[in-house]
Amino acid sequence: MNRVVALRNWLAAWAAYLRAGDFLVLGAALMVCVLSALTLWQGGHPDKAIIRAGGRVFAEVNLNAPRIVEVPGPLGTTRIEVQPGRARVAADPGPRQYCVRQGWLNSAGAVAICAPNEVSLSLSGRNADYDSLNY
Amino acid sequence: MPTMTPSTTEIELTPTADDHRVARHAAAAIVLTVAEAAIPLPLPGIKPGLANIITLVVLARWGWREAAWVALLRVLVGSLLLGQFLAPGFFLSLTGGVMSLVVLGLAMHLPKRWFGPVSQSVLAAFAHIGGQVLVARVWLVPHDGVFYLVPIFALAATVFGLANGLIAARLLGDELAESGVSAADAAK
Repeated sequence: MNRVVALRNWLAAWAAYLRAGDFLVLGAALMVCVLSALTLWQGGHPDKAIIRAGGRVFAEVNLNAPRIVEVPGPLGTTRIEVQPGRARVAADPGPRQYCVRQGWLNSAGAVAICAPNEVSLSLSGRNADYDSLNY
Repeated sequence: MPTMTPSTTEIELTPTADDHRVARHAAAAIVLTVAEAAIPLPLPGIKPGLANIITLVVLARWGWREAAWVALLRVLVGSLLLGQFLAPGFFLSLTGGVMSLVVLGLAMHLPKRWFGPVSQSVLAAFAHIGGQVLVARVWLVPHDGVFYLVPIFALAATVFGLANGLIAARLLGDELAESGVSAADAAK
């Protein structure tokens, strides 16, 4: 208990050097910290899913409402599921299922490629997390 | 010919009391700069900036001109001692120092009743880091990735600005008490 009292007294002694305007400045400084973190660290929310088939854009889907898109390819139909803020390849006729096992994509710039069926799903947004991806 | 006659090309400097005072304060600031360089820190660009305590105290006691002398001498000699002179770090320090002096020149005119050394310290810390980030963006790392670190720099400026300001306020506390305004009164 004595320690708590001592700590409180110690803090009060330092706080005595703060004036009213100092709190204002400190508050503004913390605001700058929080706002800059929110604006600079939001990591690119995706706003659109771009679906390509055979190298051409098959569909551009807004990520607002849930929806299922069926994309025809040389092996069969790839099913792409869209939900608010995310999208995934739900089913694909490819042999190794890489794009399906990638699961939900939820950041701008993320890509799932079903190479055998020549279908790709990518998310675009204002601030993409990646400038470009190479394979 | 006796060698006692002063040569005509010799320049004799007679330091005034002001010069001695600037040198003393600058020496204290340089000691803090060098001591601080020994503290390991996780990110380049983040340091407590303890030498700015001296700048704040000199600003309050002797005015802006003298604070500018102390701060700039500290940047120059500190960089010489640490082997940073004319290296990128030196220009970052210089920019930060100049920017915070400009802001201190403005902040010192805020009403004393409400704004103390802590306000000046926090504002100067933000000016310091702001100038450094701009130089880094324009010259050292010409990529917007630099701005990714801004929130961390801002947090460091807030915390160290507060700490340095409080220490400066405490060092100045006796003076305020003498002039009839105790720190407790000022806080009301």
